[in-house]
Amino acid sequence: MSSLLEVRDLEVKFGLRSGDITAIDGVSFELDPGERMGLVGESGAGKSVTGFAIINLISKPGYISRGSIHFEGKEISAYPPDKMRTIRGNRISMIFQDPMMTLNPVYTIGFQMIETLKAHRDISKSQARAIALEKLKLVQMPSPEKRLAQYPHELSGGMRQRIIIAISLLADPAIIIADEPTTALDVTIQAEIMDLLQELCENEKMGLMLITHDLGVVSQVTEKIAVMYAGKIIEYGPTETVVHHPVHPYTIGLIGSIPGSIEPGKDLRQIPGMMPTLTNIPPGCAFNPRCELAADICTRQTPVLEEKQNGIMAACHMK
Amino acid sequence: MTTNHTPLLRVQDVVKHFDISGGFLDQLRFKGGIHLEKTTVKAVNNVSLFVNKGETLSVVGESGCGKSTLARLILGLYRPNSGKIFYDGQRIDTLTHEQWLPYRRKMQMIFQDPYASLNPRKTVRQTLEEPLRFHNPKMTAQEARDKVDFVMEQVGVDPAWIARHPHEFSGGQRQRISIARGLILDPDFIVADEPVSALDVSIQAQILNLLMDLREKHDLTYLFITHDLSVVHHISSRVAVLYLGTLCELASANDLFNEPRHPYTRALLSAIPKVGEKKAKHIKLKGEVPTPVKLPSGCVFHNRCVYARERCKKEFPRLIELSNSTFVSCHGVEEGWPMD
Repeated sequence: MSSLLEVRDLEVKFGLRSGDITAIDGVSFELDPGERMGLVGESGAGKSVTGFAIINLISKPGYISRGSIHFEGKEISAYPPDKMRTIRGNRISMIFQDPMMTLNPVYTIGFQMIETLKAHRDISKSQARAIALEKLKLVQMPSPEKRLAQYPHELSGGMRQRIIIAISLLADPAIIIADEPTTALDVTIQAEIMDLLQELCENEKMGLMLITHDLGVVSQVTEKIAVMYAGKIIEYGPTETVVHHPVHPYTIGLIGSIPGSIEPGKDLRQIPGMMPTLTNIPPGCAFNPRCELAADICTRQTPVLEEKQNGIMAACHMK
Repeated sequence: MTTNHTPLLRVQDVVKHFDISGGFLDQLRFKGGIHLEKTTVKAVNNVSLFVNKGETLSVVGESGCGKSTLARLILGLYRPNSGKIFYDGQRIDTLTHEQWLPYRRKMQMIFQDPYASLNPRKTVRQTLEEPLRFHNPKMTAQEARDKVDFVMEQVGVDPAWIARHPHEFSGGQRQRISIARGLILDPDFIVADEPVSALDVSIQAQILNLLMDLREKHDLTYLFITHDLSVVHHISSRVAVLYLGTLCELASANDLFNEPRHPYTRALLSAIPKVGEKKAKHIKLKGEVPTPVKLPSGCVFHNRCVYARERCKKEFPRLIELSNSTFVSCHGVEEGWPMD
């Protein structure tokens, strides 16, 4: 069965005066209809760039240098801008991190929603308005009619994020890419937004790609998980298994460093050092300088992502 | 609130309101005749708490609940509108600038954003030496240099980097430097305002371990301000939960996490996503956080609380002490209403 979205060996480079740097290095994964996947990693691991690459939002000096992105059976990575526009925001939409920055402050919510719809479909203003209302109800927005006439500054952060989700749903997309959708929000609001996203995926059969650094959120919402480190996926598998029986030393360290995973007051398991910058990735396995299992081979040969145990794929020589 | 020994820090009925009404014309109102109206943000309302020597008290709450304002009040960066703050038995909220100086040595602060809290034009040495020189005018250059080296080693930054500027360091290292700045005067009490929330998880673990090590080595007392409840559970001895500038619950970390009493604490705890746990149903709150400009009548939480009754709308609940030295401010807990 072919997947809804299939990314194969994707490589994204950024051209700098000092030479190209590789932000994403051979990333592959697939997403089925209605499936929820988490893309996890620390800042600079390449998770957002992966999300942007799928809908071709990489701007210069960045470019997709290798690999393919198949969506609904078609190769979309080399689509020209006008053709891409029939997919972006329409079949695949994206939710960004900061709800304060995503909405245009000088237009009403209604205007922004109707404008988005009219860009994708040939419909009248009143039809668009009806759809906008319907989507606002779908995201459980209290008094939706009133919201259409309001400006973004009149709403709280949680409400704004609901509006953004409603906008992303306008064209009934097959996939939503959510880039840190709750990082700027408080925990109680975060829980509500995550509930909402999960319900929508289940009811509307939408695929969700959740990009986040928060393993807690990922483990509650997603079915599978891809852990990124320095531009590569280093562990990939069912969320349950990865969270309980991680294979890669980085994933093990990452889970161990979350407070709450061990007894209060005890030292947290810490990964020494920090992630290398992209201009300075060590040879062999990029994680080897921080890894306690590292052996000679790790500094010479780059490990490939391969099947390890319980259906987990990991890129590590030592496991 | 009584204890057998004097707590290191005691905050008593502290109130802080900020006037945001602006100039004369902004204050003019024409409803029912012309009159002037002041608008105030009620950031902290009648908060009382104490911190014992050697413990870590965490203050938690969502954005806008007044936790950072409370930290700044304690350190004398703001003056309270009313209420008293005692440090080691001495009242400190009424001190003049000069009288504050000896307390500044003992009470230090670590800020949230290591990118903004270090002066980009100063080297690490200048940043760390300045407070040292200021408070110890007789110290020789060599002594100061030795002290800076010593503290840098303690926080895990190589003293060879002393001549570098902040931009040459990563976020985690910068936070280590701001911790070093907090420690350089050998304080007893440190207020840490969201010290790890700007950092990645693996770096966050390093900094939390460092803070816990330092607490033991230097016999420090922490007031830890954060919104991250899993961090709180990990490092604190006691926890204070704030909502809209009001103290809801104050309890030992274990009691609070095992048996939260206040309905808001329960909702807050149920919303934490935990790694590896399938989603438990979180308690949904009604509505949105009201603005601190117009506080609800009675209990500030009543319009979001599922258990609220008539009394909650009218009367502000007192902070009562339960048997296990948990303090709660809720009519429901006081009267034993069924809450499940």
